Amino acid sequence: MNYMGSTVTEKIFAGKCGREVTAGEVVMAEIDAAMIHDITGPLAIKKFYEMDGDMVFNPESVILLLDHQIPADSIPAAENHVYMRRFAEEQQIQNYDLREGICHQVVMEKGRALPGQIVVGADSHTCMYGAGGAFATGIGSTDMGFVLKFGALYFRVPESIKVAVSGSFAERVGAKDLILAIAKDLGADGATYKSLEFLGETIRNMEMAGRMTCCNMAIEMGAKAGIIPPDEITHEYFAKRVKNYERIHLESDEDAVYALKKDFDVTDLSPQVAVPHNVDLARDVEDVAGTHIDQVFIGSCTNGRFEDLQEAARVLGERKFSDSVRVIVIPASREEYLKSLRAGFIERFVEAGALVEAPCCGPCMGGAFGLLAPGEVSLSTSNRNFRGRQGSTEASVYLCSPATAAASAIFGEITDPREV
Amino acid sequence: MRVWKFGDNIDTDAIIPGRYLTIYDPRELASHAFEGTRDEFSKNAREGDIVVGGSNFGCGSSREHAPLALSGAGIHFIIAQSFARIFYRNAINVGLLPLICPDAGEIRDGSEISVRIREGYIEYGERRLTFEPVPEFLQNIIDAGGLVEFGRDRKEVPLCTKSQ
Repeated sequence: MNYMGSTVTEKIFAGKCGREVTAGEVVMAEIDAAMIHDITGPLAIKKFYEMDGDMVFNPESVILLLDHQIPADSIPAAENHVYMRRFAEEQQIQNYDLREGICHQVVMEKGRALPGQIVVGADSHTCMYGAGGAFATGIGSTDMGFVLKFGALYFRVPESIKVAVSGSFAERVGAKDLILAIAKDLGADGATYKSLEFLGETIRNMEMAGRMTCCNMAIEMGAKAGIIPPDEITHEYFAKRVKNYERIHLESDEDAVYALKKDFDVTDLSPQVAVPHNVDLARDVEDVAGTHIDQVFIGSCTNGRFEDLQEAARVLGERKFSDSVRVIVIPASREEYLKSLRAGFIERFVEAGALVEAPCCGPCMGGAFGLLAPGEVSLSTSNRNFRGRQGSTEASVYLCSPATAAASAIFGEITDPREV
Repeated sequence: MRVWKFGDNIDTDAIIPGRYLTIYDPRELASHAFEGTRDEFSKNAREGDIVVGGSNFGCGSSREHAPLALSGAGIHFIIAQSFARIFYRNAINVGLLPLICPDAGEIRDGSEISVRIREGYIEYGERRLTFEPVPEFLQNIIDAGGLVEFGRDRKEVPLCTKSQ
């Protein structure tokens, strides 16, 4: 069969259907893996039972864990955890429970979403797995209940937006600054229903951590998926993690049809800060430097990896964090925690005055802990600054990179990381 | 029915804040809908009221608690210029009907409108505002009575490998 003129997204669906597929078609496609966590999982399980679900489509294809409210922060949260554990036991699903970390990081680390696969998660940031060349998208709990029963879901095959990135980042500028700049350019709904395909030398030179940051935030432009065609960096990442890993070749054809093509050059890109209360309100750090902050959060599925903590530790150096800010550092997973611990970053953060918490969603969840009072300001490496996202609707959240977060935490106000 | 008008980019954190996500009962969720951003909604919304938004309604988190909270408040229709993708599917799955109406921006808060589903328009004073039809595959789900009913009634689904 000849798939000429297709995007990677169309090719993944074509592979599933065994025939050519073009954007706009609606297909009932088989799912390779499905992820549920403690917030959206319980409702998905209830819906599965309501649909007369008996056995899940394939226990080995279900990823089940707890990451939003751990350790349980309330009795209802603890009850949800019990419900999830019972389901895992009943269905013979491997349960990562609260041991491994944030769902998206764990899915990548365990090699549960591989190039060319279709993966769904009951969480909007599921699009992160596109960093590994999977077509991955977030769905609601009822759709997930359906997936648990049938192992398939209706998809409208999305059109793609080609985002070509060139140039080398300046010191202390990186993937988060790039994706905030792209969000500013495309807007909060600029990629709605579309697949954002990231290409170009800057992406090819980017390590997996940065690629995950970019694909993670595709949803902040409304995208159905973010995807980076797999290359040697992708294959090396998975070959270490997956037995009998198969290196597949997958890229868009030169004559593939895109809904939109965008070029970005990062050479002169400043560190970006998204100001309240929308993700697409990115500013150059110079324009918001000096803004008072009460809390700094370094972590989340967007920026809680070893490389992110390394960048923050480098900026911190031998200094201390300002006594006027609460600094919360949360590695994205147990693996990232251990690497950071062994590299000495955790010790350095604690010495500098930070609270280091065990891997979980933390303040980004807006309910478990680290909430803001009215009038307070948070600077966060997470993905959303919506009004009320981290507590009071009268609080403000600014988004930035780990480098900017660390520099700002030293001085107690938003600070250009290139100047510290 | 009374219109509750909202602006652009209404996110699911605004519809239902993260700290209430251990709740699954629609009525209880409804008591916290738009908490902190529009408190009078949960107090005054009545059965049959209609939520009208601008563009990108329901962006952000995939939490189905958001459409459930609106459903629990007695809302049956959400009219907006555009919807975020996950919210759109979730709304249909929980029995709310999201209607894409390019002229939604003209509808004023507190006004009375009626939705003529079969006729395909919204009656707003003297005006008739048209809305886009729901895609066929989703209409099939609505016709089945929702995704739960659609899924309950069958043992297997028509995979793209086997059909077309």
